Amino acid sequence: MTALRKNKQTTHEIELKGQLALLDLTGAMYLPAQDTLLVADLHFEKGSSFARRGMMLPPYDTREILLALSDAVFRFNPKTVIALGDSFHDIAGPDRLGDEERAALADVQKSREWIWVTGNHDRILPDSIGGQVVEEMSLGSLTLRHEPMAGEQAEIAGHLHPVGKVVMRGRSTRRRCFLTDGSRCVMPALGAYAGGLNACDAAFKPLFSNGFTAHLIGTERIFAIAKSMLCRD
Amino acid sequence: MSRISASLLPKTFRDWFKSRGWKPRAHQLDLLAKAGEGRSVLLVAPTGAGKTLAGFLPSLVELSKREGGAKGEKRGLHTLYISPLKALATDVARNLEAPVAEMGLPIRIETRTGDTPSHKRARQIERPPDILLTTPEQLALLLAHAEAQEFFKDLRRVVLDELHSLVTSKRGDLLSLGLARLMTMAPQATAVGLSATVRQPDDLRRYLVPQRAVDSLPLAGRDEGWGSDSQSAVLQSDGAVARTTPDLAELSPSRTTPTPGPSPQGGGETPMADLVVVQGGAQPDIRMLELDERLPLAGHTASLSMPSIYELIRTHKTTLVFVNTRLQAEYTFQELWKLNDDSLAIALHHGSLDVSQRRRVEEAMAAGKLKAVVCTATLDLGIDWGDVDLVVNVGAPKGASRIMQRIGRSNHRMDEPSEAYLVPANRFEILECRAALDAVHEAAQDTPDARIGALDVLCQHILGMACAGPFDLAQLYEEVRSAAPYADLPYEDFEACVAFVATGGYALRAYERFAKIVKGQDGLWRVRDARIAQQYRLNVGTIVESSMIKVRLGKSMRSRPGTVLPRGRILGEIEEYFAETLTPGDTFLFAGEVLRFEGISEDEVLATRAGAGTDPMIPSYEGGKFPLSTFLAARVREILADPFEWDRLPPQMTEWLLHQRRRSIVPGPRDLLVETFPRANRFYMTCFPFEGRLAHQTLGMLLTRRLERAKLKPLGFVANDYGIAVYASGDIAGRAARDPGFMDDLFSEDMLGDDLEDWLAESSLMKRTFRQCAVIAGLIERRFPGEKKTGRQVTISTDLVYDVLRKHEPDHVLLRAARADAATGLLDVRRLGMMLERIRGRIIHKPLDRVSPLSVSVMLEIGRERVYSDNADEILAEAEAALLDEALA
Repeated sequence: MTALRKNKQTTHEIELKGQLALLDLTGAMYLPAQDTLLVADLHFEKGSSFARRGMMLPPYDTREILLALSDAVFRFNPKTVIALGDSFHDIAGPDRLGDEERAALADVQKSREWIWVTGNHDRILPDSIGGQVVEEMSLGSLTLRHEPMAGEQAEIAGHLHPVGKVVMRGRSTRRRCFLTDGSRCVMPALGAYAGGLNACDAAFKPLFSNGFTAHLIGTERIFAIAKSMLCRD
Repeated sequence: MSRISASLLPKTFRDWFKSRGWKPRAHQLDLLAKAGEGRSVLLVAPTGAGKTLAGFLPSLVELSKREGGAKGEKRGLHTLYISPLKALATDVARNLEAPVAEMGLPIRIETRTGDTPSHKRARQIERPPDILLTTPEQLALLLAHAEAQEFFKDLRRVVLDELHSLVTSKRGDLLSLGLARLMTMAPQATAVGLSATVRQPDDLRRYLVPQRAVDSLPLAGRDEGWGSDSQSAVLQSDGAVARTTPDLAELSPSRTTPTPGPSPQGGGETPMADLVVVQGGAQPDIRMLELDERLPLAGHTASLSMPSIYELIRTHKTTLVFVNTRLQAEYTFQELWKLNDDSLAIALHHGSLDVSQRRRVEEAMAAGKLKAVVCTATLDLGIDWGDVDLVVNVGAPKGASRIMQRIGRSNHRMDEPSEAYLVPANRFEILECRAALDAVHEAAQDTPDARIGALDVLCQHILGMACAGPFDLAQLYEEVRSAAPYADLPYEDFEACVAFVATGGYALRAYERFAKIVKGQDGLWRVRDARIAQQYRLNVGTIVESSMIKVRLGKSMRSRPGTVLPRGRILGEIEEYFAETLTPGDTFLFAGEVLRFEGISEDEVLATRAGAGTDPMIPSYEGGKFPLSTFLAARVREILADPFEWDRLPPQMTEWLLHQRRRSIVPGPRDLLVETFPRANRFYMTCFPFEGRLAHQTLGMLLTRRLERAKLKPLGFVANDYGIAVYASGDIAGRAARDPGFMDDLFSEDMLGDDLEDWLAESSLMKRTFRQCAVIAGLIERRFPGEKKTGRQVTISTDLVYDVLRKHEPDHVLLRAARADAATGLLDVRRLGMMLERIRGRIIHKPLDRVSPLSVSVMLEIGRERVYSDNADEILAEAEAALLDEALA
């Protein structure tokens, strides 16, 4: 096993509205110009949300998300972290956060600015989770919000959980992805139990009238895939 | 049979037999006598022996004597019949009605299946019939009913039909638990198992009777307390212990070990039902179809044999043409119709066709209107097909028992020989057919070993029992262990299953407050609320269809070429994973036509009719769902290894083997031949374990990982039932020449350690296996009341659940269940392990300068079969390269 060669390439560069953005293997995005890390659709406590309804999903999703989140945060060590909405799966989610998880979250928040953008799953967020809460914000020439909106305005958003499916010679794979046309970027969901919406879905069409490139998150690195190479489910 | 036994038969019955010109058969009277003695019995008999009547005769006789009871007085259910197919239950009900009507017996016979309307179900609970015919899933539902105790309390007999086929699956596990519950509620009942010939009848005999004495007291929670009227032993000698309900934690296995007391039957360590075997049946007249032409080295279509098959159909009354897969069925059906100048009524029947279409075929068949039916395993089981006088099996037989079962479809009179042909589709299949013919003549069987009860099924059962009423943990544990597949269930596993049902059973106890079953003040476990019981009812059963997706015929718009509207009819269903690999424009065979794949809209595959004369592009004639049985594989290896045996093969086969011997070698029965050769800038390695496609796929995955590590840059591999071919850009033979231990290391058993674990993390087959376990165990629902979930959503979430669970709690009960399945299921790891052990020190590496005759057969699979890979990055890199090509163009 020791001989197994790992050549992970965690970041992948793209240009967004004339500035450099680093797409990260965790599903986060780092903007060097603003020293800001963006994450989307964490869906903390989705497992316990399902458990309330009798589906006892393994209660480790929040931990798993925090592992990815802290991996990205401690690597980039950004001044600011912005979570683009649906950070909790439901509004009671923050209350169900376990002690360990709460501490881990406080740890990544420590000595940096932390902003929660609200989403449709978490319109209300309690003070207890730290950071500040906004509905929408600007960052340079970019608008940051949960739900992407068609139009000229350059933006970074989440909400849609894009995944891309590729079939090559009978073999297929379906991975989370960033979709971008250079002016808008829809980020993948970071949540461990967050499902995905196929990038070929009609929901993406009005957002990218001139097409997009999908940056699919592989095991060892991120791959830029042309829209024409993506398949429907 | 002695007169004494014959006298067991009441006059009405003797007269009836006489009026039909029949005599009761010895085994029928035997079963009657055994029933009189209160024994459970396994009846092993060939088709046409009057098995079903034998199974029911004791019930009919008893019921004919049973007092009708004053009007309005409730008479309990007397006999419960379980069949693997609801069609079979319906069929048997019909066949039973005849003698009952002819003898004028006051017996009510009813079926209960998924199709039974709810008012009738309710009435059946209210006023039970005398004989109820149903399926394992419906039994589970009945047992989870609050009225179950009342409903089954008078039960005398349980008849389990086609037992040999039921016990080999998780359905058999579920049924065994149901049977255990029945025997607790109605200790007076006996079981009768009806089975075709099997290799280990003792396994089935054990299955039929409780493996340990279970306290037969009525269900816990009843006021009358712990009854003691039963003759079977009580749970513990110390009744007080049984009465106090221990906590999950404090209940230690030693305290619950029951005294090996008087068991209802058999005695000794493993109680067994009595065995009645019906010998004989005429030797089947079975042959291999031999052609003058040479068969191809690979492929499963048997295209060369079609004219001969057509000729056989023409000259027989009714022919069943069995094939191994849906796609082979489609192909064969189409080819036969191309030849069908006489317009013979040849029909198609496979599990993916629309139900109404299947029913039409079945009815036409029963009415004797069909000349032939091309069919798959959906018809393997014992539905009465009328006057079939010939069975043709196209393609590899795969197993001796399967082929005998299929041959049994022809000629339902057991004393006349059945006529059958085996049609090999390629040269390897000649070997397999030869081995199967030998096995049939020796009546050798290759039925699988008895199962160890699956934990996911147990989880489902536990929830069902909680729905039925409050249960006591220790008592339920004893009851579960009375079921043969669970006889050795460790207490820890049982405990883990109960904990799973309650809160998911995670080490991180986060869900206590959401528990689905809870322990009350009285120490008994109850289901939390009615909604959970409703969830159970919707999710019962162990058959998790590989999600199927409907195929709808679309209409092309004339005005707008390229636009297809979903306006046509539904043709049937295909496996979603097959649909996923199609791209628009691909043509494939379905429902007897060549279809063009247009895309997937919502939950349907949209397809149009391809133009006349189009050949299907997607061949995908996978060898079959069934891998070659271990038993037949061993025989094939023996034939191959013994040149004296070659004389019994058709000349084209012998010639080919001689050729192989000249060019390379022909391996001995326990050896593994590995050939390496260069070809078109690539280096190939082939090997021939003969362990079936599933084990070979797993082997291929693991070998490529190892070659990758050895920096030999493997590019892919293909597998069939006989061997695999791996291709690489590194020189495998060169490495083996420099390092003499290389091949031994490559194939060493430790690949089942870390390499396997690594692969399981990403294996799509493992994820599918896990998904099935998750659904069966009740982690994921098949559907929500009032909310239709598509199969796709289920797939996604269980994959994510798998990743998270594997990382954070690798020993969780669901992962253990999935691993147990992987050992025998889609990954066939156990068989691979046996093979690696067998070939240790017996690997014969033959470096060649070009492909050998043997290797050609598997090389031909390249491009025909899928190239297996779970490596996402490989696929993505290829797609990314396509973008670069575009940019540079």
